[in-house]
Amino acid sequence: MKLTLPAFIGRIAFSALAALIGAAFALPLLWFLFAPFNARAELGLAIPDPWTLSNFVTVFGNSFAVQALWNSLIQSVGGVILVGAAATLAAYALSRSSLPGKGAVTYILLLFSSVVSGSAAMVPIFLIVSAAGLIDTHLAVILTFAGGLLPTAMFILRDFIDSIPKSYEESAMVAGASPVQAFFDVALPVIRPGIVVVVVWGFVNIWGSFLIPFILLRSDDQMPASVAIYSFYSEAGTPIVTLLAAYSLIYSLPVIALYLFVSWKFGFRFFGGIKA
Amino acid sequence: MASVEFSNVTKIFGNFNAVSDVSFSIGDGEFVCLLGPSGCGKTTSLRMIAGLETPTSGKLLIGGEDVTHYHPKDRQISMVFQDYALYPHMNLADNIAYPLKVRGKSVTERHGRAKEVADVLKIGHLLDRLPSQISGGQQQRTSLARALVYPSQVYLFDEPLSNLDAKLRLEARGFLNHLQRDMGMTAVYVTHDQAEAMALATRIAVMDQGKIVQYASPIEIYRRPATTFVANFVGNPPMNLVPVEAVQGDGQLRPSADGLVLGGLAMSSGIGTALGAGKTLTLGIRPEHLSIAEPGAANTIAGKLFANENMGPESLVTIERPDGSRVTARIFTDDHIALDQAVKLSFSSEHVHLFDGAGNRIPADGETPI
Repeated sequence: MKLTLPAFIGRIAFSALAALIGAAFALPLLWFLFAPFNARAELGLAIPDPWTLSNFVTVFGNSFAVQALWNSLIQSVGGVILVGAAATLAAYALSRSSLPGKGAVTYILLLFSSVVSGSAAMVPIFLIVSAAGLIDTHLAVILTFAGGLLPTAMFILRDFIDSIPKSYEESAMVAGASPVQAFFDVALPVIRPGIVVVVVWGFVNIWGSFLIPFILLRSDDQMPASVAIYSFYSEAGTPIVTLLAAYSLIYSLPVIALYLFVSWKFGFRFFGGIKA
Repeated sequence: MASVEFSNVTKIFGNFNAVSDVSFSIGDGEFVCLLGPSGCGKTTSLRMIAGLETPTSGKLLIGGEDVTHYHPKDRQISMVFQDYALYPHMNLADNIAYPLKVRGKSVTERHGRAKEVADVLKIGHLLDRLPSQISGGQQQRTSLARALVYPSQVYLFDEPLSNLDAKLRLEARGFLNHLQRDMGMTAVYVTHDQAEAMALATRIAVMDQGKIVQYASPIEIYRRPATTFVANFVGNPPMNLVPVEAVQGDGQLRPSADGLVLGGLAMSSGIGTALGAGKTLTLGIRPEHLSIAEPGAANTIAGKLFANENMGPESLVTIERPDGSRVTARIFTDDHIALDQAVKLSFSSEHVHLFDGAGNRIPADGETPI
């Protein structure tokens, strides 16, 4: 097909614009990949010369920052286990039982969940945690996140379980399984892709959050990495770009690794029922 | 194997009466089909036998034992589901052997037994595949194998063939028929396909709106349908139902309608008197009992040709009567009939069914009332 001149120019202009927008998004990512390996990194984008690991050596020399990564892992994994287990059981019950008003329960919880982990509720949350004597413990962060993430997790999972035919468990029970056996043998493996989605989502949420651990924790040896990043600011409040860049890269690796692992193992696809 | 008995069973969902006060029993070794349109309560009845639904009122007995409130696992039953319900994360061997697993059998015994059953069903070579890696027909046989892998009191089938294509369905139907004769199992089979019910059942329970309309052998249901509903549901194509009026003629009461000549059909005297002239009745004739009228035929029905469908061995000839209603005949002829051509179909008196105004069968002379 022959293009008219205005259409041709239009296409070129469109491609150029798209390339420009793409570059605008790519530049920070490139900086993020280059700066950690550059001993003289600044806020401008530059190809490291020479490539060096000296920034990482300095970061790993900072015991507070390393401990913080470990703390992040404890809090994220703990929170995710709690959210995953509780949401699975709750969503399964909400999906399969015929409780009156179960829809309303889910929606009300969902509505309030944004409040619980939101900044508006910070003062009451602090008071509750303080009254429970949990200030400055991993458990405080884990429980607060579990409470905040559970309703949404339940909502996602309930939707997922609703789409799975009841006949799986029914056939197991007719075959002689108790409801508990039917749940663990048949329902749980079928629901697993949904649980994985919730777990990844929960992990990313807890791993990346700043405000809740910042408020609920006091001592340095409890702080997660999201807070520890601030140790790479000088006394005057200016960031030490080289170390910050290196630490940020390390900080984002677990999340990337989790995504890769899940997409390799589960492919982020739902296999609900077998096509009949 | 065991018998199953429904005793005044009612099931209500919200304000919908799925099953209303149903009582019937299924003998040991019987293959009973619950037949009816969707929403008639047949699947609900089956699920109550399985224990997946609890009756709102009434009792359910398996092998003489009251199991109304038993959990499904305690009923010693097996069931084939419409969607097969194969576990997507288990291979066929584990799927088939799952009932043995919950019964605590060893892996060796489980896999040995699964292999035996799978071989009978010709899926023995697929045991390490996942359900998503086999065809629909193989999935169907896998779910059947899972139901047969351990001895049960009652085998339940919930429209197991409805997801198969026509050819596979016929094959599976033949296999089930063979299996039933071979094992003599007590089975309850839900279907909306009258041909499946006719082919498989020792007795058919025709259901409509939560009630059993007729419970009899397939041949009885075909020959003496209890109501116009049964007459219209069983048979392919279904029975022709023609509204008629009881009129007085040559001293006898006989049905009459526009375009209908009934020379040799008079209603049995007792019933005739009870009905009286002027009552509206329904006359039923099966398509296979109609033929193109020879001159001088006693009973005829006339109309214009509406459609002529050649089915191979026979033709389905449909005529449109003066009042716009249609009558279909199965005719073994290749004769060409032009559209709108006048056609007269004849039938013999013995093949006529009569139903009263409420749709209930009026027994012919010498026939025992239902």
